[in-house]
Amino acid sequence: MMVHYNEMFEGEAVREPYARLSEWVRTMPEDFRQMKQAEAEALFRRIGITFAVYGEGGDPDRLIPFDMMPRVFEQAEWRRLERGIKQRARALNAFLRDVYGRGEIIRAGRIPARLVYQNDAYEKAVVGVVPPRGVYSHIIGIDLVRTAKDEFFVLEDNCRTPSGVSYMLENREIMMRMFPQLFRKNHIEPVDQYPELLRRTLESVAPAKCQGRPTCVILTPGHFNSAYYEHSFLANLMGLELVEGADLFVDGEFVYMRTTQGPKRVDVIYRRIDDPFLDPLCFRPDSMLGVPGLMDAYRSGGVSICSAPGAGVADDKAIYTFVPEMIRFYLGEEPLLNNVRTWTLWKDDDYRYVMANLPDLVVKEVHGSGGYGMLVGPKAVKEEIETFRKKIEANPSNYIAQPTLALSTCPTFVEEGIAPRHVDLRPFCLCGDRIELVPGGLTRVALREGSLVVNSSQGGGVKDTWVLSE
Amino acid sequence: MLSRTASNLFWMGRHLERAETAARLLDVGQRITLLPNSDAGYRNEWNSLLQASGTSDLFLRKYGEITQENIEEFFFFDRENPSSVVSCVEKAREAGRIVRTALTSQVWDALNVTYQELRRIEKTPRAKLDTATLTDFTTGHTSTVRGAINATQLRNDGWHFIHIGFGLERADATARLLDVKYFVLLPRVEFVGSGLDTYQWMVILRALSAHRAFHWAYGGDITAGGVADFLILNGESPRSLITSLYETVWHLDGLARRYGDDVPATARDRAKLTLDALQERDIDAIFDEGLHEFLSWFIGEIAAVSNQVHQDYFLGGS
Repeated sequence: MMVHYNEMFEGEAVREPYARLSEWVRTMPEDFRQMKQAEAEALFRRIGITFAVYGEGGDPDRLIPFDMMPRVFEQAEWRRLERGIKQRARALNAFLRDVYGRGEIIRAGRIPARLVYQNDAYEKAVVGVVPPRGVYSHIIGIDLVRTAKDEFFVLEDNCRTPSGVSYMLENREIMMRMFPQLFRKNHIEPVDQYPELLRRTLESVAPAKCQGRPTCVILTPGHFNSAYYEHSFLANLMGLELVEGADLFVDGEFVYMRTTQGPKRVDVIYRRIDDPFLDPLCFRPDSMLGVPGLMDAYRSGGVSICSAPGAGVADDKAIYTFVPEMIRFYLGEEPLLNNVRTWTLWKDDDYRYVMANLPDLVVKEVHGSGGYGMLVGPKAVKEEIETFRKKIEANPSNYIAQPTLALSTCPTFVEEGIAPRHVDLRPFCLCGDRIELVPGGLTRVALREGSLVVNSSQGGGVKDTWVLSE
Repeated sequence: MLSRTASNLFWMGRHLERAETAARLLDVGQRITLLPNSDAGYRNEWNSLLQASGTSDLFLRKYGEITQENIEEFFFFDRENPSSVVSCVEKAREAGRIVRTALTSQVWDALNVTYQELRRIEKTPRAKLDTATLTDFTTGHTSTVRGAINATQLRNDGWHFIHIGFGLERADATARLLDVKYFVLLPRVEFVGSGLDTYQWMVILRALSAHRAFHWAYGGDITAGGVADFLILNGESPRSLITSLYETVWHLDGLARRYGDDVPATARDRAKLTLDALQERDIDAIFDEGLHEFLSWFIGEIAAVSNQVHQDYFLGGS
């Protein structure tokens, strides 16, 4: 039987960060809670935050369940996390600079060349292109889990286009609106400076050829995309145009958007579409989402793209195992945040170990995301394990395995009152001329009892995440 | 402003206006079902209303008979009818969703609440709904959206595009409705003084929510000339051709001033010429010229202005 760290309770006693909240929960009448829950849901629906799940059909305007019980960090806890996250973000960008340049880390034998250069996410089209300030990944979402008071593990890095930051902002907005008295009693660090910081980050990486104040835009695949709400939300808060591929065109070495007053030059594109769709002339010719000629403009320094094409090679699950090595190699520091022990199934020893211990492990596809295509050994029945075993045998190098972590729990409002549920955390680190991190992030919670999968596509919910000021 | 944003704002305006038109037709249609089906052919009125909305074939093919249930289904709920309230509200909300960043939260809120409420109504058993609820719902919610637009949107180019959408759609709807009934408005010996002509004029006024306003403006009896004048040339009547066009020109002018000489303003120029031509006429001249000929010319002008708006602003200069 695994022991899960409960972030609020130590036995019967309430841990320090939750001291004031505990009173709030204890004295909350049942009908008041239900009323507030309904109010929160109505607010979310009115604002229009909904989430469409790929491939599941059903209501395209489904809400992500919002849990009113916040998750709380102490200032000191957060400071430690912050240092670890920023350290990781620096190393990941150093790695990207390196592998699209001289490849020192590979020459030094620290990472196998095959894993980098034959990686699907490695873009040969941008070898030798150094983006402004040498930053490839400008918004890095680092998924963290906790197993004990001072034990945090990085589950994965997201260097391409991590989503979820709109929930971080809206969850806070709604909590402040519904429970202002809570915010008066607890001293909570604000997060609403995020859009401003993001805009500054984008402007700080404008190309050298840009004249005057940079024009930044957000490039969305369109309103059918499940994260469209977030795209428009961020555009609105930053005062940027939200463009689709067809709104842009390339003329010479520059990119322009079509406006009611004719063409207008664009300097920085915060893209929320994947590499293969960026430019039909360079990548997938059937892409309707991209801009023909965009990569030429990018390579000639006429426009910045955030994150840079090719940044995905740094967050691949196979590369993940080497991030601690990157930190030592590029920064000469010891990693402040740990990786989860990971077995890579293309290694014979690892393969044998994993196949012998499937019921105890979590197995993931190297390129999978969103909680799809994974096996949670301890939660799976025998047939599921055997089916998965055959998939692994067919293509071992497509998988990695990790131990089943004793994920921490947070108290969560459920049907019967309040009960512990497993949580993770995704903070959003910004990299431009400076590295910035707002105190908070997106806490996802697995609402089903005992479930370890927090993805919103798999029945996960979200919570407001507090960092207490001193 | 992005060309695509402008285009979506324009179409959001048109579809909101069109939803209101559908609600008014629903109101008139259900009123007709309450009348006896005499030889004089009250029910023919219904068919002409369908023709005005360009959906006559679809209705006959799908429903055939004019009953209250069919009318409600067709004008309010039917997604196959591109001009139904549900279709138009969905399209307006979709356009709004695409350009969320160009709308204030109050406008989006009003639009989104309309849509969410609509979905709730769709799930309500039809027996629990009456026509008045449906028409009140539509006019009430579109008014709220309109109010939010006027109270909170910046007076910028986006605001102009929404109103150009409202104005052109309204001018087109009024003109089409008049055109379908133009013969009723012509002086004809056999109808004069019979209950029928008065009734038919009433139907037209009611379809444009103008039956009370008419009395305020003209007093006395309803006459063909009075009705035509009110709906074509009266600058006080909010749905008249002249008012709709005048407001459209005002907003096109606003755009042209804002954008300066570098951006072509052929839509404004065309709309101004049309407005001038309209202002030079009086109702007798229009009758002499032929009401149908006049309306055909006007509908063509509105389509041309709409095309010019597209050319001037929605292509992005490439």
